[in-house]
Amino acid sequence: MDLDNLIIGLLTLPLVAAAGTLLLGHYENLRDGFSVATGLVTAWMAFQLFAAVQDGMTTSVVIAQLTPSLALGFSPEPLGALFALVAGSLWPLATLYSVGYMRGAHEKNHTRFFFFYAIAIHAAMGIALADGLFTLFIFYEILTFSTYPLVTHKGNADSLRSGRIYLGILVSTSIAFLFLAIFATWTLTGSQNFVLGGFLADHLDPRYAPILLGLFAFGIGKAALMPIHRWLPAAMVAPTPVSALLHAVAVVKAGVFSIVKIVIYVFGTDYLLQTGASTWLIWIACFTILVGSFVAMSKSNLKARLAYSTISQLSYIVLGAAIATPLAVQGASVHILMHAAGKITLFFCAGAIYVAHHLSDLKDMDGLGRRMPITFACFALGALSIIGIPPLGGSWTKLMLMLGALEADVMAVVFVLMLSSLLSLYYLGQPVLRGFFAKAPDGDESYAEAPLTMVIPLAVTALASIALFFYVDYFIPSFDIPALDGVLP
Amino acid sequence: MIEHAPILQIIIPLLAAPLAVLSGRRDIAWLIAMLATTASFLLSVHLFSIVHMLGVSITYELGNWPAPIGIVYVIDAANAYVMPVISGIAVVMTYAARTLVEQEIDPRDQTLFYTAWLLTIAGMMGQVATGDAFNIFVFLEISSLSAYALVAMGAGRDRRALPAAFNYLIMGTLGATFYVIGLGLLYMLTGTLNLADLAARLPMIGDTHTGFAALCFIALGLFLKMALFPLHFWLVPAYSTAPSAVSALMAATATKVSVYVLIRLLFGVFGVDFPGMLDVVAVVLLGLGLIGAFAGTIAAIMETDLKRLFAQSSIAQLGYMAIGLGLGTKAGVTAALIHLFNHALMKGALFLAIGALVAQLGTVTLASIRGIGRQAPMTSAALLFGGLALLGVPMTAGFISKVYLISAQIDGQAYIVAGLTVISSALALVYVWKIVEALYMHERPARAVKVTESPAQWLGAWILVAATIYFGVQAETVVAAASQAAGALISGVQ
Repeated sequence: MDLDNLIIGLLTLPLVAAAGTLLLGHYENLRDGFSVATGLVTAWMAFQLFAAVQDGMTTSVVIAQLTPSLALGFSPEPLGALFALVAGSLWPLATLYSVGYMRGAHEKNHTRFFFFYAIAIHAAMGIALADGLFTLFIFYEILTFSTYPLVTHKGNADSLRSGRIYLGILVSTSIAFLFLAIFATWTLTGSQNFVLGGFLADHLDPRYAPILLGLFAFGIGKAALMPIHRWLPAAMVAPTPVSALLHAVAVVKAGVFSIVKIVIYVFGTDYLLQTGASTWLIWIACFTILVGSFVAMSKSNLKARLAYSTISQLSYIVLGAAIATPLAVQGASVHILMHAAGKITLFFCAGAIYVAHHLSDLKDMDGLGRRMPITFACFALGALSIIGIPPLGGSWTKLMLMLGALEADVMAVVFVLMLSSLLSLYYLGQPVLRGFFAKAPDGDESYAEAPLTMVIPLAVTALASIALFFYVDYFIPSFDIPALDGVLP
Repeated sequence: MIEHAPILQIIIPLLAAPLAVLSGRRDIAWLIAMLATTASFLLSVHLFSIVHMLGVSITYELGNWPAPIGIVYVIDAANAYVMPVISGIAVVMTYAARTLVEQEIDPRDQTLFYTAWLLTIAGMMGQVATGDAFNIFVFLEISSLSAYALVAMGAGRDRRALPAAFNYLIMGTLGATFYVIGLGLLYMLTGTLNLADLAARLPMIGDTHTGFAALCFIALGLFLKMALFPLHFWLVPAYSTAPSAVSALMAATATKVSVYVLIRLLFGVFGVDFPGMLDVVAVVLLGLGLIGAFAGTIAAIMETDLKRLFAQSSIAQLGYMAIGLGLGTKAGVTAALIHLFNHALMKGALFLAIGALVAQLGTVTLASIRGIGRQAPMTSAALLFGGLALLGVPMTAGFISKVYLISAQIDGQAYIVAGLTVISSALALVYVWKIVEALYMHERPARAVKVTESPAQWLGAWILVAATIYFGVQAETVVAAASQAAGALISGVQ
């Protein structure tokens, strides 16, 4: 299949799934089966696209001409194809998982749920493949609005309040900062299409570069940099599959992906390295990493803990982009994949525990690991990957980020990363240890796993974290950033 | 026959007005109105295609009397762009008016309603088409007087319509009077009322107090008519108490016509080089536009009555147009003209959607629409999409407006203005989302009226919603036409 068709397919298949969900609304099994099947085709196409783009192929597709100077266009490159791969391949797994969760937890309005779930994936694909800032912005906004009904799915007062925080922060930052930053870029350069190596260098006085970068970094609220991270814990009121796919993978990764993309394709890493315009962002990211970890330690609600862990981990990616050396940027890019695989496993496990035992607080999970061995084993694998311990995928990216920091001569960052690993060892290790080794309060040791539709997806993503350790090479985006002297594995 | 198109598009609704009352039956009166507005729309589209395809302007001499003795209608890129907007909206509104009028207006008054309705439309079309400054005043009065009557017809449902119409009358008359005073001064200075003649002679009179006074009177009069902050107090009660069809028509078109006349006179006749133009009038427009954008948005956030809420939001949206004009550049005028079109679509859709609910709910408030998302899905979705467009969400026409307004500001190096504009537009999220939450996020209270809907009720709103989305994705034509229109207006100076 040629590249143009792959792009069109990746963009339209989620819409097909959404339409099918509506049409088949009355036949539950058919409707959910259709979603999963469409998801599998999407995943296959995402792999095809990634492989082709890694081989250096590229193309450009224009869907609509919005105005004489603005088009809705798409053009894949390795980083975007990687993000499309992450979103596309985890979608069918998450859909399968959602089927188990939504039925097991007795949630209502399944059709609406799967409809907006698919629309959100469509938006994520649009972000991944966008050929310029405007297309990216358009899909960024669609993603925000399409996930709102998912966040407020329960419809009670609590979810409404969280929904307001979610939408309020994401929309206002994007309109107030991101929109303005895009315009500033467009006005300065007369262009808004992504170019490898950036196109700002000759147009922007380095004195103003930190300001523009700041507008982008804080305008992309989905990256959850402190202090605009509040929406992410608020969004945890959503059903767990939403937290798993969207608030650990698609939505937040869309945020950090956009930042990495803008660093590489708008500013250019050379420009940032020469001017030092992104130095301040390094420290904001470090701050977010550490504070996020500390807050995570203090949370005893499992989902809240995972949410703050996500905030902390997202800043790894922002950090890599801000350091801007080749290794750091590649580490950041691959971390999108590694963290996605790890964190979705953890959320899947949290949801499985909730469906099987209606527990969400860590204090109540003593000894639960012996009743749900698969779930807790997978939780352990996901946790180890995020902490960064071999042989799990996350270890590579942490190493690459550290080497990147050394390359840029910022030793402090290395210490921050090490400290953060230790902290995550505590807050992610604790649930595993209590689950397996603590004494259950009621002494019940009978086997009680979640439904198979939930256990299979979480086992697949957990094993994927191991596989990613051995096949990391394949996933490193092949952009030709010079000065890569074979430091890589 | 077709060469008379410039005048026919006005004469047809004007002559259809007495026919509507003579017909004596409300369905025939509606049919007459429908035919007349459709004819007017087709003619204006015809003129638009000639002017924009061939890049010419058409001069039509009334009774073959050449200017400056006779009155001429000059259809150039600017008014050829505005007229299809007015007449097209008029067609959709007339279609939708049928059900709304049956529900809200006393059967005995319905033929009179269509008469006043046609007169308003003819008056608005006339103001846009004419090339004569005094003729503008005549049509302004035709459209305003019939609009006062239309607003007052809301009294059957809501007695507050009467004081609202009275207020509107007083303020509207003040505005028209200021305009005529300014015109008198201009006539004294130049001896002509023909717009092209005025534009040619005004530069010769140089820097005089009389000229500046004329500029101020005309600008002030039109500020009143277009409801620029703080001269907007007539608008909110008038829109919220008028019959729904009237609110929809006026919200979509009435103030837009005044915006057009303002652009025509300020940029086309006085010109940006006129003494006091950029340093006084433009600055006032920019400043009041910004304050209006915030004041309207904040007032809309406070409102609970949906008609009042969207009327307040109109103040903010007019503020954006004023900001565009206040930049005094071609890009700014282009942005204002684009928004003029887009805002007509989305406000029309919103008010029609509210109209579909009025008959069932009485006053449409945030409390009374709680949970109707399931009972009236099409009407609710029209409100949702209209609201998203107002917010400037991508893929809606509102986004295109915002793109051009912000780029005009950055282009004119008005960075602070650009920052304030985006902040005020982000604030709109609050009132739009209050409505979305009320529609979808609550259960319908058990004792509340069960809402029903039929295609006849929502089709009008959905035509406009579809247009909002279409012109959000394919904006090339609009942008090109608006840019040509702005070019025609600004180059009219020489």
